[in-house]
Amino acid sequence: MTLKELETLREHRLKEIDARFNKNSNKKEIMVCSSTGCKSNNSDELIKVFKLEIEKNNLKNISVEHTGCFGLCALGPIVIVYPEGTFYCRVTPDGAKQIVNEHLVKGKVATNFLYDTTKPEQTTKNDVEFYKKQMFIARKGSEFINPDNILDYIALFGYTALYKALTTLTPSQVIEEVKLSGLRGRGGAGFPTGTKWELTAKEVAKQKYVVCNADEGDPGAFMDRSIIESDPHKIIEAMAIAGYAVGATQGFVYLRAEYPLAGERLERAIVEAKKYGLIGKNIFGTNFCFDLKIKYGAGAFVCGEETALMHSLEGKRGEPRTRPPYPAQSGVFGCPTVLNNVETYANIPEIINNGGLWYSKIGKGKSTGTKVFALSGKVKHTGLIELPMGSTLREIIFDIGGGIPNGKKFKAVQIGGPSGACLPEDKLDLPVTYDDLAENGAMMGSGGLIVLDEDSSMVEVAKFFLEFICDESCGKCTPCRIGNRRLLEILNKLLAGNGSMEDIDELETLSYFIKENSLCGLGQSSPNPVLSTLKYFRNEYEALIDKKHKLADKYVINKDKCIGCSACSRACPVKCISGEIKKPFEINQEKCIGCGNCQKICKFNAIEKV
Amino acid sequence: MKGKIDENKLSEQNEIDQIVEKINSDPSELIHCLQIIQSKLGYISEYAVKAISKKLKISESDIFSVVTFYSQFSLKPKAKYEIQVCLGTACYVLGANKTLQKFEEKLGIKVGEQTADHKFELSKSRCLGCCGLAPVVSVNGKIYGKTTEDKVEEILKELV
Repeated sequence: MTLKELETLREHRLKEIDARFNKNSNKKEIMVCSSTGCKSNNSDELIKVFKLEIEKNNLKNISVEHTGCFGLCALGPIVIVYPEGTFYCRVTPDGAKQIVNEHLVKGKVATNFLYDTTKPEQTTKNDVEFYKKQMFIARKGSEFINPDNILDYIALFGYTALYKALTTLTPSQVIEEVKLSGLRGRGGAGFPTGTKWELTAKEVAKQKYVVCNADEGDPGAFMDRSIIESDPHKIIEAMAIAGYAVGATQGFVYLRAEYPLAGERLERAIVEAKKYGLIGKNIFGTNFCFDLKIKYGAGAFVCGEETALMHSLEGKRGEPRTRPPYPAQSGVFGCPTVLNNVETYANIPEIINNGGLWYSKIGKGKSTGTKVFALSGKVKHTGLIELPMGSTLREIIFDIGGGIPNGKKFKAVQIGGPSGACLPEDKLDLPVTYDDLAENGAMMGSGGLIVLDEDSSMVEVAKFFLEFICDESCGKCTPCRIGNRRLLEILNKLLAGNGSMEDIDELETLSYFIKENSLCGLGQSSPNPVLSTLKYFRNEYEALIDKKHKLADKYVINKDKCIGCSACSRACPVKCISGEIKKPFEINQEKCIGCGNCQKICKFNAIEKV
Repeated sequence: MKGKIDENKLSEQNEIDQIVEKINSDPSELIHCLQIIQSKLGYISEYAVKAISKKLKISESDIFSVVTFYSQFSLKPKAKYEIQVCLGTACYVLGANKTLQKFEEKLGIKVGEQTADHKFELSKSRCLGCCGLAPVVSVNGKIYGKTTEDKVEEILKELV
């Protein structure tokens, strides 16, 4: 492949798909989201219906393509009709027929599949509130391309960064650009990527490796899956650039076994890239050779930790080891290895194309660029979002996410998965950067954001994460293996109403002990969900101790006997009895501590112990 | 009946031999090799462990330690339909526990068990990465979104 050939391919493909970019195109194109989310909502069926209906109506110059993720998974399947860019949500097979009949045949918008059906004038993606504050770098292009077609990626200036790096920059200049960009690891810890590359480049060795960590194990995180499913060539290009920068000729993508679609697409992409000579021997006529292989994980959370991942890559049990030596010195098969997460790589082509300086101006302070978040839980618009670092949690949850559904109140947001923390309402204006989060006992993690509303019990959430850690602890070191199990036992004791104040203190002490003494990053951060809920929601733990009585005695008001005098309500120390005068009152069992004051004061025997 | 069982066993062993033969004799291929056998036969048999051990020159006990480390591998044959209920955070918050209970109730088995006819198997997953559609259930890899309790019967009906 030469530059000329790449340019020819690009121009040729751009002409074919100009409907996607040119409003005055005489062609039309229907793009249907084909990520796991929309696929499970039957988007494959939509493609068939569209094709059939187009044929039935004898329409010409209209093509139907599947495309990458639009991010708005909650309203899938998503369909865009170009060149108008009309954005349709929740499209059913019948809806597809309607879109063909209304939009393509009559030239009218099929309003009942618009994002906001009450505002028929807002038809494009840019009108949708969800997208207004977003900025795309890592996810740039995913909605414009067919992930199974390398030419679509090339049409969007794909592989030009690799060309630029190989032919105009030296390896150390590539590293300088990445360092200048300020890019930090998106897998969670936030180590500067350029420095990592520099350390690996410095090592003298016969063989070096480039590894992509696509073992996205944090529950609630799916940005890496989406990036690979939507834009697999971006990762291939970035890994080749990394290989050039550090002097490695072999790359591995360690992909989670639970992501079959991502594997399928990445495999196809690697084959295509080889076919076009974009990876393989003497890329762009230079001396640089680079090969890429996928290695599948086999279902172990701990393999997201870098040293465990490398063991698993070698075909062994995925247990972590102590560092140093760091992977940069001794990684896969004992060779110097550079290991980055999927999203980190997804930023590289743009950094090389636009320069590190450009990238460093996006974001806030030492957290440059954008971050992709997977927003889910009790929030209206679940899905994937990307926005500049330093945006506040409030912007993410309320402006982009649309707030809490069913009129409920926001309670907390869980950020960073099992290693992360729950932040309460008064932290909503916290800018999301590596450093601001760390100062507040949380961490960026891989970017899962799970919103919790007033119905969620924070102790239950902490218990959920502990159960996860107990299941997934590899068992190599004692603090993590046994310590977390003890934490879980204490939590269960508290939740059963048998706890005491000493138990809460014990939770805290033991948590710090696990943090300080565990072997790997996962163990060291495993008590974070307990510690952060203790820090911000201690009252919920304490309430469990008061509940002891409640579990023994539960009181209800007999509606036939209650005359609505309100005496009980006035006697209640926790104000959990309410009602209208002269109508039967009611006890809120959630708040009731079972003290029995109401029964003592009631003159009508209307309060019964059950 | 006995003859049939032996026949099945023989063809299974043949298949294992063929798979193992194609694998490079490189110890780092162990997980890959196990994955192929798991997906073709639905479990890792004692015979498979022995065959791999010979080919890759890894001790049987080391192979056993790898098989038991990763949740993807199973030492018993899997049922026809593996129903995985996602208990990731997003699914959990939106009531995946109730979905799981309903499956347990309907199938009469607990998590990790199989029905007597080896048709259904119930397991939990820690995150299938489809949090936008929570709660999520996967049946032999096919994803079902927004599977609240009342959708359980629908899914089971579809499978029967």
